[in-house]
Amino acid sequence: MLELRDVHFYYGQIHALQGVSLEVRSGQVVCLIGSNGAGKSSTLMAISGVNAVSRGEILLEGEAIHAQEPDDIVRRGICQVPEGRRIFPHLTVLENLEMGAFLRNDAGGVKDDLDYVCSLFPVLHERRGQRGGTLSGGEQQMLAIARALMSKPRLLLLDEPSLGLAPRIIETIFGVLARIRDEGTGIFLVEQNAHLALNFSDWAYVMETGRIIMGDEPAVLRDSPAVREAYLGE
Amino acid sequence: MFAQQLVNGLVVGAVYALIALGYTLVYGILQLINFAHGEIYMIGAYVGIAVLAVLGTMGLTQTSLALSIVLVFLIPMIYCAAYGITLERVAYRPLRNAPRLSPLISAIGMSLFLQNYVQVVQGARDKAFPNLLELGSFQLFGAYVNGLQIFILVLALGLMAALQLFIKKTKLGKAMRATAQDRTMASLVGVNVNRVIAVTFAIGSVLAAVAGVMVGMYYGIVNHHIGFVAGMKAFTAAVLGGIGNVTGAFLGGFLLALLESFWAGYVSAVYKDVFAFMVLVVVLIFRPEGILGGSGGEADRT
Repeated sequence: MLELRDVHFYYGQIHALQGVSLEVRSGQVVCLIGSNGAGKSSTLMAISGVNAVSRGEILLEGEAIHAQEPDDIVRRGICQVPEGRRIFPHLTVLENLEMGAFLRNDAGGVKDDLDYVCSLFPVLHERRGQRGGTLSGGEQQMLAIARALMSKPRLLLLDEPSLGLAPRIIETIFGVLARIRDEGTGIFLVEQNAHLALNFSDWAYVMETGRIIMGDEPAVLRDSPAVREAYLGE
Repeated sequence: MFAQQLVNGLVVGAVYALIALGYTLVYGILQLINFAHGEIYMIGAYVGIAVLAVLGTMGLTQTSLALSIVLVFLIPMIYCAAYGITLERVAYRPLRNAPRLSPLISAIGMSLFLQNYVQVVQGARDKAFPNLLELGSFQLFGAYVNGLQIFILVLALGLMAALQLFIKKTKLGKAMRATAQDRTMASLVGVNVNRVIAVTFAIGSVLAAVAGVMVGMYYGIVNHHIGFVAGMKAFTAAVLGGIGNVTGAFLGGFLLALLESFWAGYVSAVYKDVFAFMVLVVVLIFRPEGILGGSGGEADRT
């Protein structure tokens, strides 16, 4: 459903994306692994329309979307949960969730989805009147995912959802992500935790200094000596 | 004396607060001091004069006072909203990703340009603001209060309450708060950030226009310099309350005007501006973030 073809992006003088090509098929979980500064977040921001692509194209179901504004990308069904969760700190949990549904006009549907995301993460219902900034890291990650789901995305972009979280909370979050996947939402996952990402995905890409250097089934990558050494710490 | 200075202070405070809100709203979202904001207020006053002149020749001020009052506020509000939106488009948007000093210089440039533009078009002399509301005065706790003062205070408080409600309750208001807290994240949930910024400038300019017409009515006289002093005072008020903080702008406006008014009444009318800025300096020494705090893009702290 989503395809990047030879995408280039400059961050000031830095050539951050140097011809990235990859594909996310519908109904699949695709992950992108790589070390810090490889360009994983830049790739997601390019898809979301925040980073202006200087060359190449991004296609959603065959249609070019790389020249569109971020709000148009959300309107087309791609929503990102960015690195560091980026909860609106002074909005309440409920208001954060409402912001996720900003582009929707179906009040009834929004209410149903509020109930739905609160059933996925009951803690959000308990904390609905609290300011987003007062939540713990794990709760913020849950809120960030729930907020993105409020836009009813076809494709969810996730940037480092496990970063800095306790194993028990990572388990909860990936349990919910599995449920979202089973309900038919595509997931494009960026992770530093390669073990976690490879176990969860149907297809995986490896990124290094602005380029995709490998793309294959997770099992194949797990057996690759280069990946084992660089990303799995073996 | 006390009651009289209190009344005077409250009326001036309403004007400061209305202008200060424009500074603080824009700062909250762009971390930019829109130094041309005082000029928008000045233009509002001039448009008010023009509207009154037209209404006067049409005879509407005689036949329908209520409609005249609505128009003398409404038309400058629309006019200034257009000015504010254009200002942002022309002077600030192209510099959005430039170093922070650049839009500041652009703001000062726009301020000078608008002041001189009005001077060229309208002349350098004071212009009389035609008297529209002939309201009687009465005595309250020993202070003379006239109907215009009550009108200004009620209208200003009403607008501030409406603004608070808008920011807290409406979808667009929430989008403004979200944009102030994290602009990129707001765009990632589908907020058209450029539109929110335009709306922010429009709201600030509408409030400034109202303040301009109020001051015209209150003092009966307008010139192209009024935006500079009022802008400085309102900016001071916004910083005093905590720039980026809506309630702070409000509080700062009234506090500054009241202090000025009492200083003028009890100590010296000549040094009242010196006193106002002295208060600012003292407050900033002890509370650099202003009375309520809230710099750094947190316009939501209502």
